[in-house]
Formats: sequence, structure tokens, C-alpha cells
Amino acid sequence: MAKTTSNSSNSVSVVRSEMAPDMPPPIRTDGIVAWLRSNLFNSVSNSILTILSVLMIYYALSALIGYVVADAIWQGTTGTDCRVEGSGMCWPYIFNKLDFFIYGFYPDTEYWRPNIAFAIGAVLLFLLATPRIPGKMIWGFLFLIVYPVVTFFLINGGGFTGLVEVPTEKWGGLMLTLVVAVTGIVASFPLGILLALGRRSKMPMMRSVCVVFIELWRGVPLITVLFMASVMLPLFLPEGTNFDKLVRALVGVTLFTAAYTAEVVRGGLQAVDKGQYEAADALGLNYAQATTLIILPQALKMVIPGIVNNSISLFKDTTLVSIVGLVDILGAVRAASASQGWTAPTIPITGYFFAAAVFWVFTFAMSRYSQYMERQLDTGHKS
Amino acid sequence: MQKKLILAALATAFGMSATASNAASDGGTLQAVTDKGFVQCGVTGGVRGFSAPDADNNWSGLEVDFCRALGAAIFDDVDAVRYTPLTSTERFAALSSGEIDVLSRTTTWTMTRDTSLGINFVGVMFYDGQGFMVRKSDGIDSAFDLDGASVCIEAGTTTELNAADFFSSNDIAVNTVVFEEQDEVIQAYQDGRCDVFTTDSSALAAERLSLEDPGAHVILSEIISKEPLGPSVRQGDDAWFNLNRWVYFLLLNAEELGVTQANVDEMLASDNPAIKRLLGVEGTYGDMIGVSNDWGYRIIKALGNYGEMYERHVGPQTEIGIARGVNALWTDGGIQYAPPVR
Repeated sequence: MAKTTSNSSNSVSVVRSEMAPDMPPPIRTDGIVAWLRSNLFNSVSNSILTILSVLMIYYALSALIGYVVADAIWQGTTGTDCRVEGSGMCWPYIFNKLDFFIYGFYPDTEYWRPNIAFAIGAVLLFLLATPRIPGKMIWGFLFLIVYPVVTFFLINGGGFTGLVEVPTEKWGGLMLTLVVAVTGIVASFPLGILLALGRRSKMPMMRSVCVVFIELWRGVPLITVLFMASVMLPLFLPEGTNFDKLVRALVGVTLFTAAYTAEVVRGGLQAVDKGQYEAADALGLNYAQATTLIILPQALKMVIPGIVNNSISLFKDTTLVSIVGLVDILGAVRAASASQGWTAPTIPITGYFFAAAVFWVFTFAMSRYSQYMERQLDTGHKS
Repeated sequence: MQKKLILAALATAFGMSATASNAASDGGTLQAVTDKGFVQCGVTGGVRGFSAPDADNNWSGLEVDFCRALGAAIFDDVDAVRYTPLTSTERFAALSSGEIDVLSRTTTWTMTRDTSLGINFVGVMFYDGQGFMVRKSDGIDSAFDLDGASVCIEAGTTTELNAADFFSSNDIAVNTVVFEEQDEVIQAYQDGRCDVFTTDSSALAAERLSLEDPGAHVILSEIISKEPLGPSVRQGDDAWFNLNRWVYFLLLNAEELGVTQANVDEMLASDNPAIKRLLGVEGTYGDMIGVSNDWGYRIIKALGNYGEMYERHVGPQTEIGIARGVNALWTDGGIQYAPPVR
């Protein structure tokens, strides 16, 4: 009331009679500057952290790029050319030994065979992995059942194939790494699902067998499994039988990974709502139908990150086969650093850099694909 | 049992059949090797000069050449050999389980190994031992001139004990600088913290190459410990052992008699009875070890004698550049000595 009274002495007009004072221009609300301001420099502590992070990234990257690109030696034919003080990576060594890193001791006239096998695998994998392309059953059958057999005969040769036999001792490098990783991942997956179902089975015998298997294999480090397979197993087998060393390693890797996959899948099975099981029963589906049509599709979708995690971890663990004398890519890098003509101080580091880069490319691709699949299969359960 | 079934099933699935192990066959290792058509040879996965991939991605090196010599003697084909790269932990198990026929992998011949592992050492392809590396600029040419020098050593190894024994028994006063890791030792030597770096001489030669300027360092000729490296075979198969042993002796005898890869064809016409026996012109020495009588000719023609192998892979002309030293023949002041082919 008092306010009205005091104002009443002036004009009662509600229209402003003088210009409002100029305001400073508004802070931009879009564009990169605004984004930086609101996300990276919105407080003192955040600003400090931002600057520190940028500095750290700068130092790490400049050192890396300096080593790999700027200070690296690009021209040359022997290790002597890389013997420059303060130089970085020795690229001529990589170029010269690239075929060894990829194929190991595989004879160079036969490189086309693993190449074709790689190509078929890549095409089948693409057909199988791209959701838009129909006929998944066919591609799956070709990739999981036919492809391993074809690949084996193509790379190994001999027998009815009419190709020169290349025994597994000569397989090596990235080729061997991929053989071990793909076999391990592909073969362990169905085995893992069966073990997971078995562990949740109502049949006591089945359940205990699966539990014992899983706990036994999970309780042992992979290096021990490989060592047992490679060194101890031949001593237990009756004299006169001797399995191929690569097969022994593959079996070890597969059974080991299957135990881990089983536990991941079991996690998915447990996360499927009880109502789904009951609904399946109510529809009159039997166990096999309920499992394959209702339960597994939901369970597997949920455990994609876990399975990919397993696969990535297995892919990297394949380097352990080098301790049982299989020359995988890491073994090839190690062996090549002792080869004649390449003796500069930077040679071993260069080889390890290369192996690390190869591993990163493969695992990063796997991880991106799994994220893509998660989005594809997302039916809204995820927050 | 179940595991074995799974294995068998998987092996069949991968199209591989169980191959008969040599140990089991009645004819012994040689018969089994002849049947399968190749020698299975255990090597290291990469030691410069001894076994490492060459420019064409084949195994090559002094120890690899021994396996190739076996291939030449049995099949007249140096490539009738398959290689199994082995780690130091699995090598003896691989040999005793029959996975490999011969182990030629920088293995030191010791009494324990010879007597308790069920293996027999064939001979000594390379007498290794602890040596010393110094800077060329210091002008030292003998380990006995090291008085007053500082020595970089890895802690808690036999290397350290050997060096201590050597210096104290020869009244040489040195300052030892001890490090935990081999890498630190070589780094300290490179940084000039000590005048002398000591470890096994073949490793010394390899380490020298990873220094920034290998030419500025020199390895002294004195060797102060015994590390005889040689191939080994399973115990209990004397025929196979004899074959391996005489392939090794043949390489030494050929060098002693001056038979080389280059002149072996002329040597076939030699009047020297020892050379005639060596190359199979006279006598049935091949029969005695179960191979063709021209086994000597085959090996020398394909690979050369021991000296040529040495020069090719580890000798002074190679990168690794290890002087013959004790590995020279007894006639040249070394200790490589072979009984005669007679």
C-alpha cells in the first residue's frame, strides 16, 4: 500500500519512458567457445584439471609421435641404417620383417593360401556380423562349421588337397595368433553356453559335472593350462601317440575360455526375469524351445559386453602360446630381433611397438563392434 | 579319460591323426625318423648366431646347422628337418616325451643334466664361458691387466661368483659395481660407470651389438668359466646317439683334414686314407651308424665343416663376431677334438 502511495506522485503510466541501460552481450550459448566454457572451464578446479590434462596429453603424444614418426628412421636396408643417436623407431626393420611377423616360417611361395583363408573369413564374418544382411543361419553354418575345416586344409595342405603340406610348426606370426584366437573364441562359445545351462540344470549329476569343470578350469592360470597341454600331456599319453602341438594349445585355450564364457552366460541367464521362464512354461514350450526361443536370446543380449570382454582378453592371452614354443606374433617379434643384419639398439623396442599396435587395432575393432551390436539389439531395457 | 576322448575328438575334427612317436617304435629313433621323413629338432626361439630366422624366414644358426647336418646324413636333404622352438623350461620334457628327436638348443652340459634327466649329450658345439668386455680406448688386451678397474656385474648370479673367484685367485684388485638386472648392468657400462662388463661370452657378443657404438668395445679372449653348449638326445637309444655323435665328430674331422664345402669334390680323389674314409670312398662307416656310406660327403657338400659353420654364424666375420678361441681345433690351439673315423 505504501509503495503505491509513494509512486502515485509520479506518472501512473506503465510504459517505460527512458531507454534501459545497455547490457553486456550475452555469453554465447552455442559453438565451441560456449562448449569449452561450460564443460572444461566452468570452475577454477575444472580449469586447472583441464590444463593439466592437456599438458599431459601433449607430452605423451609428442613423445609418441616423435618416436614413431618424427625421429623414426624410414629409409634403409639393414640395422646399421637405424644406428643413429637419438633416433626413434626403425621402420625398415618392420618393412623387411613384415612377412615374418604376419606368416612366421610359412613358406613365402604359399602365402596366397593363408591370404585366401583370411579373405574368406573376413567376407563371412562381414556377412554374419552385419545385421541388415539376411540368411544368418547359412552364414553362421558356413563360418562356424565349414570355414574352420576349409581353412585347415587350405593352410595345412597335404593329403587330397594336392597342395604342398605345410606342417603346423611352420605356422606363425599374426596368422597363428588369429588361428588361436578365432578358434578359441568360436569353439568356446557354444561350449560355454552348454556349461552355463548345465550349471543351472535341475539334474544333479549334470550340474555337478559342469560346476567341477568350470571351477577346475577357472581355478588354473592359462599359462599352466598351456604348459600342461604342451609338456605334461605327452608324458601321460601312451607312448606312440603324439598330438600336434598347436592342437594341444588350441584345446587348452578353448576349454579354458569356455569356463569363463560359461560364467558370463550364467550371469545373463540369472538376469532373465523369472516371469519369462514361467511364461514359456505356460505357453507349453518344452525345455529346448523355451531355452532357445525365450531365454537365451534375452540372456545373451545382456551379456554382450561380458563376452566381448572375454574375447578381447583371450585375444591378448594368445601371446602366452609363445611360452610353449609356438611362434605367434609376439614370438615372431622376439625371434626376429635376433636375426642377422638387424642389430641396432632400437630394434627390439620397434618390434614390440609394432606388436602392440597390431593388438590394439584388433581389440579396438572388437570393442567398437560390440558397442554397435548393443545399440542394434537394444530394446529399451537399458537406461 | 574324458579329457583324452575330447582331445581325440578334437584332433580328428582338425583333421590330424596321432602320429607315431619315435620313442615307441621298435626300430628306435633312427627308424622312426626314416619312416616319417624328417628330423624333429628342438631349437631356441631366437638367439643371435645360434638359432634365429634368417632373411628368408628360415631357421639358421650354429645349432640349427647341426640339425641340418643330421638331415643331410640321413636323407641327403638339409631341409628334411622340422624345428620346434622351445623355452628353457620345456626343452627336456619335449625331448624325453619324444616330441623332438634331438635337442640342439644352447644347453649347458652339466653332470646333473647328463645323469638325472634321461638325456645324453652328444658333444660340444660351442664352448661358452664367462668373458669380459672393455672399451677399446682403454687399451686393455687381457683380463690379467684389469687391476684397478671397476667391473659391472649382475647381483646374485654365478657370474658374480665366477668373477670374484677369478680376481681373487689371480690377485687382481678390482672394484665391483653390482646391479639387480642385466639391463641395468649394460646401461651402467654404457654410461661409463664402470670399465668392464662381464657375462657369458656369447651373450657378451650379442649385448655388444645393442650398444650405441659396438666398434668402440672389445671382448677379451680370456674365458673364466665353463659353459659347454651342445646337442643332446634321449638316453637309451645308442644307435641314434652314435649317429648324432659321429655327425658331430665328422664336422670336426673334416675341418682337421682340410675338407671344405668348396673342395669336397676334389677331395673325393684324395690319396689320404683318412679323407677317403671320411667321405665314404673307402670303408663302410655309414653302415655302422645306419646311414649311407657317403654321409660325410653329403654333410660337407651341403653345409661345410665345423669351422665353416662357425665362421658362417658366429665367427669374427659375422655381426656377433666371436673369435674361435677355445673353439678352435686342438691342432690350432683350441680344445675341439674328435676321435678319428677309422
